[in-house]
Amino acid sequence: MTTIFRGLGALTASNSFDSKKLQLPSPRSFSERKASFLLVRSDGSVNLNLGSNSRARRAEQLITNAVATKADGSAASTASKPGHELLLFEALREGLEEEMDRDPTVCVMGEDVGHYGGSYKVTKGLATKYGDLRVLDTPIAENSFTGMGIGAAMTGLRPVVEGMNMGFLLLAFNQISNNCGMLHYTSGGQFKIPIVIRGPGGVGRQLGAEHSQRLESYFQSIPGIQMVACSTAYNAKGLMKAAIRSENPVILFEHVLLYNLKERIPDEEYICNLEEAEMVRPGEHVTILTYSRMRYHVMQAAKTLVNKGYDPEVIDIRSLKPFDLYTIGNSVKKTHRVLIVEECMRTGGIGASLTAAITENFHDYLDAPIVCLSSQDVPTPYAGTLEEWTVVQPAQIVTAVEQLCQ
Amino acid sequence: MALAHLTSSSRSNLLKPLATVLSYTDSFRRPISTSTDPLTIETSVPFTSHKCEPPSRSVETTPQELISFFRDMATMRRMEIAADSLYKAKLIRGFCHLYDGQEAVAVGMEAAITKKDCIITAYRDHCTFVGRGGTLLEVFSELMGRQAGCSNGKGGSMHFYRKDAGFYGGHGIVGAQVPLGCGLAFAQKYSKGETVTFALYGDGAANQGQLFEALNISALWDLPVILICENNHYGMGTAEWRASKSPAYYKRGDYVPGLKVDGMDALAVKQACKFAKEHVLRNGPIILEMDTYRYHGHSMSDPGSTYRTRDEISGVRQERDPIERIRKVILAHDLATEKELKDFEKEIRKEVDQAIAQAKESPMPEPSELFANVYVKGLGTEAFGADRKEVRAVLP
Repeated sequence: MTTIFRGLGALTASNSFDSKKLQLPSPRSFSERKASFLLVRSDGSVNLNLGSNSRARRAEQLITNAVATKADGSAASTASKPGHELLLFEALREGLEEEMDRDPTVCVMGEDVGHYGGSYKVTKGLATKYGDLRVLDTPIAENSFTGMGIGAAMTGLRPVVEGMNMGFLLLAFNQISNNCGMLHYTSGGQFKIPIVIRGPGGVGRQLGAEHSQRLESYFQSIPGIQMVACSTAYNAKGLMKAAIRSENPVILFEHVLLYNLKERIPDEEYICNLEEAEMVRPGEHVTILTYSRMRYHVMQAAKTLVNKGYDPEVIDIRSLKPFDLYTIGNSVKKTHRVLIVEECMRTGGIGASLTAAITENFHDYLDAPIVCLSSQDVPTPYAGTLEEWTVVQPAQIVTAVEQLCQ
Repeated sequence: MALAHLTSSSRSNLLKPLATVLSYTDSFRRPISTSTDPLTIETSVPFTSHKCEPPSRSVETTPQELISFFRDMATMRRMEIAADSLYKAKLIRGFCHLYDGQEAVAVGMEAAITKKDCIITAYRDHCTFVGRGGTLLEVFSELMGRQAGCSNGKGGSMHFYRKDAGFYGGHGIVGAQVPLGCGLAFAQKYSKGETVTFALYGDGAANQGQLFEALNISALWDLPVILICENNHYGMGTAEWRASKSPAYYKRGDYVPGLKVDGMDALAVKQACKFAKEHVLRNGPIILEMDTYRYHGHSMSDPGSTYRTRDEISGVRQERDPIERIRKVILAHDLATEKELKDFEKEIRKEVDQAIAQAKESPMPEPSELFANVYVKGLGTEAFGADRKEVRAVLP
């Protein structure tokens, strides 16, 4: 059994959870390192890398462990080197391109990803560089091309399947749930499905109900998959690379309105931990958990809150399945109040699951009930004003924090 | 004859016991069972084709191959019947879809391909798994949910897999395996292996949209995939003429060539698969319709007689049974005697019984197995039992 390791916040189980639980015997061992990180290979050999020396890593053979992290925080790394500025979709493309260069088994399939360059330009230029066999234009047949991606992954290829809009992946739900999520388990570990399913979702600018869906909630119960949501150019590139390197099926949720975010990212190679949450703004009074586009609404509200004298701690949970309960737990123990801000639907959404998880594990640390702000349980209307009211706005976040902190 | 020569030669004592054995078994034509002299046999019916030239009716085979067909099909038949009794004894639960009657498809296909080619099929997969090299112990253990099963007891009847032999399952949802099969073919084309994929589905699945989607993509990208429709004429309880406007499944590909094959004739199946493999490596996908029949109902919970008459079933059994056909061929060409074939069957019955006994001894999986292999490396996430309190474990 290989040892597993999780970035800066190693062990999830014993430290942060309540003691009254019974653990079933399972053969595993954790190694806890706080500052540096270990690279544990599948053959059992271990490399100790201090710092983020990516050049050394690149010289080694193909790393099967995708959960390596940077030793420094994200803020420190962008300050260490000048880096280069780019938009979020370009960051995704850079990540994809680097992975395709590095590993010849990575291929992309989706509608209009090849000659057209991708409907959001994420795959622009890749078809001319890598050819038609690695960047494949599929017909409009989500069910079958997602199935084909999974079949190809069963033999060892690493396809990146793009849904032009996450909502279209509802047509492929059977393939994602039954084949992608379950094959590793039902085959007794014989097949790995290292597939990445990605695409934009979320409420855009008056795109209409069917093109403004948030599918995180629909996929979250599927056992065997991982879900991550990117929100900045930095973590978009990092998560894309980590997702491609991961041996598990990963669904990467992007957001239609975030593709043109400009940010400065480091020149050197880096990947983000798939299971880790990002501390956006440390604080003392209240923990605000968010992801994807709502992060920006929260930061906007945070400015107002700071002016009013509050000190919110903002965490971008990034990993939607599994939740990074270690980081979240530490934050809850510090602030004792939780506000969840999400774009998902209220009923059965990510926020609902997160509320349950936090209440169960950190009940004793909470001074107030968890407040969850999510989108209204309605199909997204077309009219601009109505659409604004379906998603959470910064003013509502400010009011909620004020009420929570009374 | 060589035998007579040996017995009459005055050799040392070493040959004496050998000589006595040989003279006793004078009528027992030992060498022919393993002979690889070519033999040409005509298939029962000619092939019908759609948009391609059908292969010839004369099949090249060897006595060794025919004997192995007989043995393999008899093993599969015995295994399925044993599974029937185990199910009735409540040792196998849930769904159990039996393949008896259709053995010729599995056996004929294996004879035409290598283990590097991939096969993917739906839930009627016990015999296909055995054809790919699965052992009887693995089959029975998996059916009974024991540790020695091919999927460690966690898959069940519908989820047999064997990666190292190129058997990709074992899928419960009707039709979902066809896009997976096209994906396997895509990976084969990607790695330039000169291998092909056989994606099997039934007449019921032939009406699934994803099949046509996958067929379109495969034809567009020239993928080396062979779609085999195992037409046993009933989609669960619905006859094919009630489910499909056009029951000529080999023609349904429209722009994709097709071939209709007598699926109860293992030699015809072998010829068709050989032809198909050569075809797809050059020209892209092809559809093979295997005209076959299942004796049991759709699954063990279906008696199989409410939508068809017992006369029909026994009629097919008398006229078209695949094992009987091979038996007749073997006897007609004097490759073995009746008694020898009966001995094979007895031997097989013993093997199957032994495998069942061994499988019964295999233990149930450990509780920790519940959380094993959900993720590839494990994430330290917690998983809960149904009541969210009692059974908690950290995923390894």
